[in-house]
Amino acid sequence: MAYEAVIGLECHLQLRTATKMFCGCPAEFGAEPNANVCPVCLGLPGALPRVNRAAIDAALRLGLALGCDVRPTSVFARKNYFYPDMPKNYQISQYDLPLCEQGAVPVTVEGTERRFELTRIHVEEDTGKSFHPERYGDRRVSRVDFNRAGVPLLELVTRPVFHEPKECGAFLFQLRRLSRWLGISDADMEKGHLRCDANVSLRPRGAAAFGTKTEIKNLNSIKGVEKGIAAEIERQRGMLERGERIEQATLLYDADHDRLQVMRSKEHAHDYRYFPEPDLPALVVDDAWIAEARARLPELPWDRERRMIAAYGLPAYDVGVLTEQRELADYFEAAADREPKLASNWIMTEVLRALKERGISLTQWAERVPAARLAAFLDKLMARELPGPLAKQVFAWMAAEDGDVAALLERHGVRVEGSAEELRPLVQAVLQEHPGPVQQYLAGKTATLGFLVGQVMKKSGGQAVPQVVQELLREALEQQAGSRP
Amino acid sequence: MSANELWRLSAAALARRVAAGTDVAAAVESGWEGPGAAWEADVHAVVHADRAARRAGAEAAKPGPLKGVPVLVKDNLCTTDYPTTCASRILAGWRSPYDATVITRLREAGAVIAGKGNMDEFAMGSSTEYSCYGPTRNPYDLERVPGGSSGGPAAAVAYGLCTLGLGSDTGGSVRQPAAFCGVFGLKPTYGRLSRYGLVAFGSSLDQVGIFARHAGDVAATYQALAGPDPFDATTRLTRAPDVSRWDAGVRGLTFGWPANLWQEGCDPEVVEGLERAAEWLERAGARRAALEFLPGEYAVATYYLVATAEASSNLARFDGVRYGFRHPDSADVLALYTRTRSAGFGPEVQRRILLGTYALSAGYYDAYYLTAQRARTRIRREYDEAFAHCDLMLMPVAPTLPFRIGEKTEDPLAMYLSDIFTIGANLAGIPGLSVPLEPARNGLPRAVQLLGAPDSEPALLRAGRALEVRGDVARLPRENEVEFAWPTKR
Repeated sequence: MAYEAVIGLECHLQLRTATKMFCGCPAEFGAEPNANVCPVCLGLPGALPRVNRAAIDAALRLGLALGCDVRPTSVFARKNYFYPDMPKNYQISQYDLPLCEQGAVPVTVEGTERRFELTRIHVEEDTGKSFHPERYGDRRVSRVDFNRAGVPLLELVTRPVFHEPKECGAFLFQLRRLSRWLGISDADMEKGHLRCDANVSLRPRGAAAFGTKTEIKNLNSIKGVEKGIAAEIERQRGMLERGERIEQATLLYDADHDRLQVMRSKEHAHDYRYFPEPDLPALVVDDAWIAEARARLPELPWDRERRMIAAYGLPAYDVGVLTEQRELADYFEAAADREPKLASNWIMTEVLRALKERGISLTQWAERVPAARLAAFLDKLMARELPGPLAKQVFAWMAAEDGDVAALLERHGVRVEGSAEELRPLVQAVLQEHPGPVQQYLAGKTATLGFLVGQVMKKSGGQAVPQVVQELLREALEQQAGSRP
Repeated sequence: MSANELWRLSAAALARRVAAGTDVAAAVESGWEGPGAAWEADVHAVVHADRAARRAGAEAAKPGPLKGVPVLVKDNLCTTDYPTTCASRILAGWRSPYDATVITRLREAGAVIAGKGNMDEFAMGSSTEYSCYGPTRNPYDLERVPGGSSGGPAAAVAYGLCTLGLGSDTGGSVRQPAAFCGVFGLKPTYGRLSRYGLVAFGSSLDQVGIFARHAGDVAATYQALAGPDPFDATTRLTRAPDVSRWDAGVRGLTFGWPANLWQEGCDPEVVEGLERAAEWLERAGARRAALEFLPGEYAVATYYLVATAEASSNLARFDGVRYGFRHPDSADVLALYTRTRSAGFGPEVQRRILLGTYALSAGYYDAYYLTAQRARTRIRREYDEAFAHCDLMLMPVAPTLPFRIGEKTEDPLAMYLSDIFTIGANLAGIPGLSVPLEPARNGLPRAVQLLGAPDSEPALLRAGRALEVRGDVARLPRENEVEFAWPTKR
């Protein structure tokens, strides 16, 4: 029998706010253990939570970006369970009356535009982190760091709308891009800013009813999500084909060994005893707040993709790369006025390469090479005032030094104007003087080009620019090749 | 008056003395040095006291309306200078790194924290018998309970150890011990006194409350403590009502007279007290409005569902992981939890945690917790309706006079039912004032309760003052201090 997988995702985003969800402690990452704590986030007796509006605002903006319905009055609830890294032994979350409902994430999966619908978005607090067990003399001890306890988390739950692992991957990619685009989260799965659990069930293809679902946790990368879900689909398919029953369970995915292990079965499922948090009044988000948050939304990535394709005539691939980060799209648009495709090529290849090599952010790069400077460089290139072969060298100088293209050329003693005309005779002379290497080149042994370049350089008394010489030689050799019978 | 008689003064008079040059330390120590030590040995109102801490507090006392006034604070309010243990083994030795907001405000007003008062463990009880430190005794009869759960501060204020007391009132825990000890006890409107630093029992019901021997002292303390607190999101955002006219009399006020409430099950001495109080209020110019009032029908059930549900969650944090008592012998985390909590919590606390956990469990939530929430909304509406016909309501605090130690500890339901007249105010979020009357024939304290709509503290205190002067309008102005009826030890 053919089976169809039905998958729903539950994603957690660590929100990038200055302070924690319910107290004034810094929400930063990487402090000394238990440095960013106070009576509230340690759950000391008598301490009470107070809502961080910045976290609500972040969730609100994500909700508005995804077309969710915003509940004017939502309610915090306590989710009760015991765990040593949870200071109060309950988590303040939202339950039956969440901040946002409905909405969808638009995602292009293999060229097809899809809309993956959501159930809800709400805010809650993160837990601390346990480290265990460690040896301590003859005892084994666990340690808990509460720096993360109380950091704002956003939970986003999808409807069971996915059927294949790659759809989930594309969805998470889009969610990550949007979170960064809106500046609400770093959304790095490896660092735990973005966490994802998946509910997976199988049913005979064409059936309407859902099968028994399992929940997979510990999916720590987009690739891991896809592989974990694929493994679970295979596991369930195998069981069904052997006529076994699927048991409701929570599974952990071990990415290193591509293996699933049962964490708890249905009998051990938690009863979270949710009830409205009596320490917090209902959360009121009025129309003014919604309108103001909506006004602060930037053009959304998918809208921008569409506009950039239409406005600049760029291929979808280019636009996909350029809109991966909002800053990159801004940089492109600021540089692309006259020559969009050229700008796109240079940004996608040279700029992104430079960022990677130097390990710097686009912002840092743009301080050195503002978009206007790149645009001026591209202008020179188009106007043929900067010969193509020289362009990469000038680009490298530009990244390290100040000055416009002319100033850079002058500083490095490169005369561009007329240099090609002056060099052409030298090139012709070298080709005639060295027929052997020319024949070898034409026969496909292109390494001889270096020798020929050296000869022209010698003739020019070292004045010529090697890249220009190389280009002229290639041009001339191509002509010879073309003119041969 | 000699220094060792300062303990007899009202807070207002004591602060006046201090402002006029009396040594703060002398004002604070007076209660401990006078007959206090002998009384305390019998009554056992105090669980944490420290002469050095009192000295330091006296030295640091700020200028303010309560400068030099000693306050005994219930052991569930966080203080940096004394342990905070909720009279529970599970918090043995725990010292808070922060002061509760009400403690900060007391200090800002010049008051000195004199120590921590005994209580029922985690404020669960009506007699101050369920304390890991042993019971507090009623200063009027050492064989009887002082009421609870804030029995320690109530008793200490009654016999003169401290001028003021702070307690907490989740279902009557300030008003009932005030009544049993013959002092004033105010439970303010929910959200008027910050709960930040009050160890939670039932968060939606808890309010910090005030003990004093004089209506004016309740007003002065309320004035110093009430108002919005950014650290407690459930405080009301508006300014607290002005209670400075607590001696303005009751002319023009209408008080409800829900006589149906005490038709049965009430001690005749209690009923007689109510009639006496009504006459005094009328003599002072208030109008009596008879009304039928029956919110008590489901109130006890509703209260014990809401309070235990919230408590089961609030008390989850006491697990031996971060602070307080940890069972020494636990092989894994589950054993750590169960052994710590089984050994750390007393039986009444365990009973309520179990009840609350059950009420919130899957499959029972709708039947219990949700139904209780609906009942609570109805009870609130019934109070609203009643206050459309009167400014205040006069009713009993408890159906009986102080009962004997051990009388109800074996019968939890009887103990729960003794809260029947006080829990309504907590469910409805309204203020209530317990006002001492003349003692009953057997010499035990007797009191009435005044209830009002939210923010009616000014009217409650005016009526409380009218009863303090026994309706004698000529004595109403605040200059006429009323001598407190002190207990005489048996």
